[in-house]
Amino acid sequence: MPEQFIWGIEVFLNGLMAGVLYALVALGFVLIYKASGIFNYAQGVMALFAAMTLVGIMNGQVPFAHLINAIFGTNVHHFGWHVPAFVAILLTACVMVGFAWIVQRFIFRHLVGQEPIILFMATIGLAYFLEGVSDLMWNSEIKKLDVGLPQGINFAIDDYTYGIFGYGFFIDNLDIVATIIAAILVLALTIFSQYSKQGRAMRAVADDHQAALSVGVSLNFVWIMVWSVAGFVALVAGIMWGTKSGVQFSLSLIALKALPVLMLGGFTSIPGAIVGGLIIGVGEKLFEFAVGPMIGGATENWFAYVLALIFLVFRPQGLFGEKIIERV
Amino acid sequence: MKTKLTALALGVTMAAGPAMADLVFPSLSYRTGPFAAGGIPYADGYADYFTLLNQRDGGIGGELVSVPECETAYNTEKGVECYESTKDAGALMYNPLSTGITYQLIPKATADGIPLHTAGYGRTSAKNGKIFSHVFNYPVNYWDGASVGVNHFKDVAGGSLEGKKITLMYFNGSYGKEPIPTLEALSAAEGFEFNAIPIDYPGQEQKSQWLQVRREKPDYILFWGWGVMNQVAVQEASNIRFPMENFMGIWWSGAEIDVLPAGDGAHGYKSIQFHNVGSDYPVFDDIRKHVVDTGMAAGDGSNIGTVLYNRGVYAAFLASEAAKDAQAATGSSAITSSDMRDAMEAFEMTEAKMTAAGLPDFGPEFSVSCENHGGDGSAAIAQWDATAMEWNLITDFSNSDASIIGPLIEADSSAYAAENNIAERCN
Repeated sequence: MPEQFIWGIEVFLNGLMAGVLYALVALGFVLIYKASGIFNYAQGVMALFAAMTLVGIMNGQVPFAHLINAIFGTNVHHFGWHVPAFVAILLTACVMVGFAWIVQRFIFRHLVGQEPIILFMATIGLAYFLEGVSDLMWNSEIKKLDVGLPQGINFAIDDYTYGIFGYGFFIDNLDIVATIIAAILVLALTIFSQYSKQGRAMRAVADDHQAALSVGVSLNFVWIMVWSVAGFVALVAGIMWGTKSGVQFSLSLIALKALPVLMLGGFTSIPGAIVGGLIIGVGEKLFEFAVGPMIGGATENWFAYVLALIFLVFRPQGLFGEKIIERV
Repeated sequence: MKTKLTALALGVTMAAGPAMADLVFPSLSYRTGPFAAGGIPYADGYADYFTLLNQRDGGIGGELVSVPECETAYNTEKGVECYESTKDAGALMYNPLSTGITYQLIPKATADGIPLHTAGYGRTSAKNGKIFSHVFNYPVNYWDGASVGVNHFKDVAGGSLEGKKITLMYFNGSYGKEPIPTLEALSAAEGFEFNAIPIDYPGQEQKSQWLQVRREKPDYILFWGWGVMNQVAVQEASNIRFPMENFMGIWWSGAEIDVLPAGDGAHGYKSIQFHNVGSDYPVFDDIRKHVVDTGMAAGDGSNIGTVLYNRGVYAAFLASEAAKDAQAATGSSAITSSDMRDAMEAFEMTEAKMTAAGLPDFGPEFSVSCENHGGDGSAAIAQWDATAMEWNLITDFSNSDASIIGPLIEADSSAYAAENNIAERCN
């Protein structure tokens, strides 16, 4: 088999895995947009905040230590304990629920009925505010995140493919775990929205929030719930990306990877986020592999958007998005 | 009322700005944004060293030092704004801490008569003082770094790189592209195969690049990264089981924060450094005593001895020594930016000066002249010990290959001179 073809298969598989990681970020955007029509610019920063909070809790870091020390002249930085990863994840999830309540109570409750652009602007403000709070709360240092996820080459795949092709494929164990977790997450979200009372309420609000209100669905509760779920998704994305690079400010930039996925998959579809992620992941990796070396490389950032634009031209609502029909 | 407001405004201005007699060294720092984790320790080191001079010695030559800080967020436009907003406070020199900002400031600072000091970054060909009258990049530049790195690989390979393959992985911007001409010239001279793989900002996803490395199997990798790109690259190199001792970053890719997230996988990773590492120096004891313990530190003191903090201290040390020389040359403690420039052009760094400052053997000895604003281009190689969680210098400081770099600097600076109608000086 030609060498280029075998390498192409390896690139394709890695593209699929990268796509899952992009889809994890895009999922958070979809959930909030679907339920409230808000394009949440702060989703990437939420992943940063969640990951920083997780590491802070695990390491027993004192939140706002710098501020406390500056005001009271103290010198406290750590509580002196370490919290197991599982407990820390649960506590962080609780923090994200609290965050959802605050966002709903103090921002979006006051903006009900406003134009989508106003709501979008509010999320921009929220993003920068949260960025500052994250820094102030947990400081800007790069923190190692270790919740026990495996990393590095998967030797079984390496050996198996070497036996077939005479070339061992590189697949990262972390990417395999991310794929499994993403699959569980999507399955859980689908079951939740289809079969639970709260999930049906969420879908009702998404379809027509005024009609949902008229039959007794609490808009407030549904929106807090959706922001909480999006916060949990942000936590999962933050764990996956933070394990790779350490938890640091740049985590907030992973949102840039989710935008072409949303353009392609549609803003309102959970399967769309997954399929969109896979197409973008595979597309950008194969393009870089086949064309990149001829034009100087580093094509992935812009090619993902080109790919999304091509889809957008032919299907503006995205692959799985709801077609917008306005009757006059 | 109007008079009261004017008086109030004047009072606020005087309180906020440095006293006119102060020696002003503006700090264009970045404590926010995606590069803050690297910018904070550097800025802390820079500020703490000057604070130490004020607290312990009463300043430099009896003049207190003022370090007005301006946040650039590593953004070129903001950096230029910072320069414009601080230069009238009597700035003696600028340390822009960004290659992009440096490129923008070269014509401005030259016109304003304020020297730029870009140690280990900025425009490499500014080493040619005949063209760049107000830019100094001693003790080392990116081309020196590339040369010293290649020389180290040559030593490791047993004295010859013939038939070997060296790959440069780089930040796809002006900073990352700087070493390419040198590496191409070195490739021709040393007989190794050279290729370059760009990584786009921010560099969180580098799977394609590392799969390419896996396919092309280079013997050695040089790495010019910054920010999250560094941590991901070290992790990915470890993931594909690339021999870490053959993977070497430039000094901006060789701090503790770059290797800690990868844990044991980073063991053996190397970096090129132009100053020493660790906290075992008398100056740090003084900083703890006079700055941290008195609550005057820019940070909480926890960064002391880390690579980037040390670099900030070293930059401030070089600036203060040049200021001392300027005072000695003019016979006045209140020097101007012009005096500072003249002193930088006649600057000499000796072991005696480093020892006196509590920094024995901290960096290379070098001298600056009208023709040579970059020193001797000395750098050393450090290696990360993941068990002890510390960097260690594993070589002495050695000079770059001037026979390769000299003509490249001449060519690039001559082109700049022709474009900007600059006449050669130092004749």
